[in-house]
Amino acid sequence: MEIIAQRPKSLTDLQFTYCPGCTHGISHRLIAEAMDELDMRNNMMGVAPVGCSVFAYKFFDCDMAEAAHGRAPALATGMKRSRPNMHVFTYQGDGDLAAIGTAEIIHAANRGEHITVFFVNNAIYGMTGGQMAPTTLPGMKTSTSPYGRDEKDIGYPIKVCELLSSLVAPYFIERVSLLSPQDIMKAKKVVKKALQFNKEERGFTFVEFVSTCPTNWGLAPIDAMKWAKENMLPFFPLGNYRDKSVEGGK
Amino acid sequence: MAEKILMKGNEAVAEAAIRAGCRLYFAYPITPQSELIEYMAKMMPKVDGVFVQAESEVAAINMVYGASGTGRRVMTSSSSPGISLKMEGISYIAGANLPAVIVNVQRGGPGLGDIQPAQGDYFQATKGGGHGDYRLIVLAPSTVQEFADMADLAFDLADKYRNPVMILSDGLLGQMMEPVEFKPSKTKEEMEALDKQHYDWCMYPNEDEPNHHHHEINSLEIDPLILEQHVIKLGKKYDKIEKNEIRYEEYNISDENEVVVVAFGTAARIAKSAIDQLQEEGTSIGMIRPITVWPYPYEAISNVLHEKVRKVVVCELNLGQMVEDVKLAVNGKLPVEFLGKVGGILFTPDEIKAKILGTEGE
Repeated sequence: MEIIAQRPKSLTDLQFTYCPGCTHGISHRLIAEAMDELDMRNNMMGVAPVGCSVFAYKFFDCDMAEAAHGRAPALATGMKRSRPNMHVFTYQGDGDLAAIGTAEIIHAANRGEHITVFFVNNAIYGMTGGQMAPTTLPGMKTSTSPYGRDEKDIGYPIKVCELLSSLVAPYFIERVSLLSPQDIMKAKKVVKKALQFNKEERGFTFVEFVSTCPTNWGLAPIDAMKWAKENMLPFFPLGNYRDKSVEGGK
Repeated sequence: MAEKILMKGNEAVAEAAIRAGCRLYFAYPITPQSELIEYMAKMMPKVDGVFVQAESEVAAINMVYGASGTGRRVMTSSSSPGISLKMEGISYIAGANLPAVIVNVQRGGPGLGDIQPAQGDYFQATKGGGHGDYRLIVLAPSTVQEFADMADLAFDLADKYRNPVMILSDGLLGQMMEPVEFKPSKTKEEMEALDKQHYDWCMYPNEDEPNHHHHEINSLEIDPLILEQHVIKLGKKYDKIEKNEIRYEEYNISDENEVVVVAFGTAARIAKSAIDQLQEEGTSIGMIRPITVWPYPYEAISNVLHEKVRKVVVCELNLGQMVEDVKLAVNGKLPVEFLGKVGGILFTPDEIKAKILGTEGE
């Protein structure tokens, strides 16, 4: 019998701890599939963040480190510099990467560390119960912006791909979404491209996933995807922000 | 005998660390430890080592965390305000059972303080500083030679116990030049052995498919019953360190001692001058100089309180942080007096003599 679909080898057998309808499971799977297809699992080291995906260190079946909140790119720097023949990725949420870890991500990108950063943007702090994130949309209600995010008081959401693409060193930066099967297929190609560049030691690679948080948004999973398409994508445009592999690339 | 080289403490400890097999160094500039980071910037490329000037102290210690997780010798250094910033990472490194070496070239505090020598980080180094139940092994040098020798010792202890080790120095030892004799560099074979010593637990994926492994570098245990066991296991490790690794120097200790001085690091250097002068003048004073300030040599102190000893004098460049440990050692048997200087000011041997003789203010 021919196997045409199975659990990626780069995921352990553990059951995910994510809420029903959460997109973390999808992004985990895309990364693991790409690791399998590129035969990277046996020389890959990953860094898990603090947030809902804090247990990512249990889910990816390669050597993994669990970082302090926001510090994953610093750990990844130490790991990659220490064992340069190995590949390194981080997996981080929006609070982790774009608030408490802003310095670490900007400087890892600016040094052009040979790592891949996967950035999950769902505009909210999930694990702590739905507080405002640096990517929370203007007017969006969260448990710490109960009257809606007031941009006059707390500023606008941070657009991380745009911010990082102002730096010279990064090799590849792209924003994808996980909001429909079609989007997921496209995202897979981008994830694989980033890891391919990682394998080839091209430089710093970055993939942002526009994701959902049905639980803390208070929406059913399908409604959450619809909401994200209507509200997040206008603010966080999908597309490539840097690709040095293309001649005349951005 | 190897040749003696006149060097600043900051440079000597950096050179000794490289000779001890450290090929990874991550740090951020701060006075009075800048010679250390500059020495590493210059020397690491020459030994195929890694030098990264991090964007912050926080990033530097987390680079150490990541690199240590891959099983190689790694070091960072800073001075007091920067060490405060590293406390988060130090707690994680301790929680994850990782070896690492951290050098603190102390300066005056609190806050931004000044850039002169001080010993005000004693509590932070020996009693915590970061969150949670953990211990650092803390080595306190009092000469440039000892500062350099401690690099080797610090790495050995860190690897032996899989625990972070701090060398608690100060601006005087960092900046001062003294002749230093270095141990030879690790040989190629020794370096290879060091590189492999942590393979059984570290992150270093095995490219051979049958040997694929999933090693986790982690301080998180969400199940309280598992965390309980983890912390108890850490506690047992600290008990073992307290049993095996206490180090101290006895100076001029004898049955004739009228007073016993307890001092560490730079303060102990100055106290030695005072003790020598008093000995010439016919007064016998002994000193216990803790070399490990954690684990602390309580018994070494209580053992030398002979019949003639009438008091214990603690000399520190702070407001008396070590006095608490000395009092635990003395256990109420004798008065414990304190002489301190703060703000980056040093005491003179005469001031220490006056404190010992009880003639201060005369």
